[in-house]
Amino acid sequence: MGMTMTQKILAAHAGLESVVAGQLIEADLDLVLGNDITSPVAIHEIEKMKVDGVFHKDKIALVMDHFTPNKDIKSAQHCKCVREFACKNDITNYFDVGEMGIEHALLPEKGLTVAGDVIIGADSHTCTYGALGAFSTGVGSTDLAAGMATGKAWFKVPSAIKFTLTGKPSKWVSGKDVILHIIGMIGVDGALYKSMEFVGDGIANLSMDDRLTIANMAIEAGGKNGIFPVDDVARAYMREHSVREWVEYEADEDAVYDEEYVIDLSTLKSTVAFPHLPENTHTIDEIEAMDDIKIDQVVIGSCTNGRMDDLRAAAAIMKGKKVAKGVRVIVIPGTQKIYLDAIEEGLVRTFIEAGAVVSTPTCGPCLGGHMGVLAEGERCVSTTNRNFVGRMGHVESEVYLASPAVAAASALTGKISGPEEVGE
Amino acid sequence: MKAAQGTVFKYGDNVDTDVIIPARYLNSSDPKELATHCMEDIDKDFVKKVNEGDIIVANKNFGCGSSREHAPIAIKAAGVSCVIAETFARIFYRNAINIGLPIIECPEAAKAISAGDEVKVDFDSGVITNVTTGESFQGQAFPEFMQKLIACGGLVNYINEK
Repeated sequence: MGMTMTQKILAAHAGLESVVAGQLIEADLDLVLGNDITSPVAIHEIEKMKVDGVFHKDKIALVMDHFTPNKDIKSAQHCKCVREFACKNDITNYFDVGEMGIEHALLPEKGLTVAGDVIIGADSHTCTYGALGAFSTGVGSTDLAAGMATGKAWFKVPSAIKFTLTGKPSKWVSGKDVILHIIGMIGVDGALYKSMEFVGDGIANLSMDDRLTIANMAIEAGGKNGIFPVDDVARAYMREHSVREWVEYEADEDAVYDEEYVIDLSTLKSTVAFPHLPENTHTIDEIEAMDDIKIDQVVIGSCTNGRMDDLRAAAAIMKGKKVAKGVRVIVIPGTQKIYLDAIEEGLVRTFIEAGAVVSTPTCGPCLGGHMGVLAEGERCVSTTNRNFVGRMGHVESEVYLASPAVAAASALTGKISGPEEVGE
Repeated sequence: MKAAQGTVFKYGDNVDTDVIIPARYLNSSDPKELATHCMEDIDKDFVKKVNEGDIIVANKNFGCGSSREHAPIAIKAAGVSCVIAETFARIFYRNAINIGLPIIECPEAAKAISAGDEVKVDFDSGVITNVTTGESFQGQAFPEFMQKLIACGGLVNYINEK
């Protein structure tokens, strides 16, 4: 029986010729990731293990990104714990304030994730690296501990859903709209335990940043991973960012899928997920037919949408215009490099002149940590990935998930708006 | 494995890890402290009412969202002896097994059991008994590998014994 792309990568890393869905395997890991929230728990667990240090000092990445620069004493204690662990174990890829970025923007940029890898991360959005043709998935802190100690993890081989993407998206339709459309279609558990495998000639019309956004939110459909085939766009990205050799896998022609969907990208519209689930999606024309949805805050950033394409789209809409009175707009570049590039391209000037603030990279507001927590009754349009109850602050606050273009347009009008509404 | 028995707290679909343990408390990793905020954003009274051994029953996709292991840690430290659901989100499922919080998938039980029922779960057979109504259900038994993990008391001990 043929294997999916994911199954082939897992088989190769388990030393097996083939695997089938449902099989339990132990796979070798190419990279193990932790952050300032999940690593302290893992470090505590690793101390209980009868192991001598970590499996490979170059194959562990520890990124201090959630509550950094530290928001309070307790989070500072957590970072200190990870810092000391990284120092003691001589961890090569430890990223602290000054070098850090939002982990899933940072690691591909640093060339630490390439096609063919098996990667686990104690952060649910670790599925992002599937955009480069890697198998990557989120785990918890105990798996992180075991991964750091042994370089191995257990997996149940997933079955898959195949999404064939065709056509070219229109100007303001981005990767975010594609993945919100898919989650709206299949639901927040539509891909539970499964791989989401993207194929089709429409992929050539999606930038690397679009693909990273799509793979990033596979978890919001319950997926184990999201994965793209390796093409010239992915190869160019890896050549530019990484010195590592990569391995390209392709699904067998007779691979078996649980379900198959064909999506014509040219038919998609800007899409917004309403509170309190990413599956509650509405297209922008549906929203325009509703009563105005007034907003208090806009967040443009996160591991989902804090990359250059995202900032460029938002800046193109905000250039020469002003943020609506009463709306707080927070722009968060994903990494130090993206921050600097955004300054040099003049995007930061555009944001500041429009009345937005531009923050150092942090996950901060996405999970209601800091840098933009919502009060009771407040409403935010955010380019982040979750709009659960209380996600960004008070349990009576609301988060609407959208693309950078919709977030920027909404910042200008003070209500949820598409780019066309502000003359784009 | 010892059977679980307790009073049921019942929730619906897609109970996410943000409501199980809100991120504003993730500046702590102390199980006891996390337990004091368990389920806070979905059920403010949970921590006041929960007793050692009680059972959470929910519908589909329990534990969706963030990978925070703090979620099953908070539930376990609050005294919950088992979570029964139609389905679990996969990271939550892994985390629960890895830290030794018993969980069991059983759509029939999840639908039929009501808040306040007294429920017993036999992990060896996978049989879930609603003591209040007398009904019983066959839950999904763990694969052998996971039984070994649980028998060892979680992943850390499993690795230590290997």
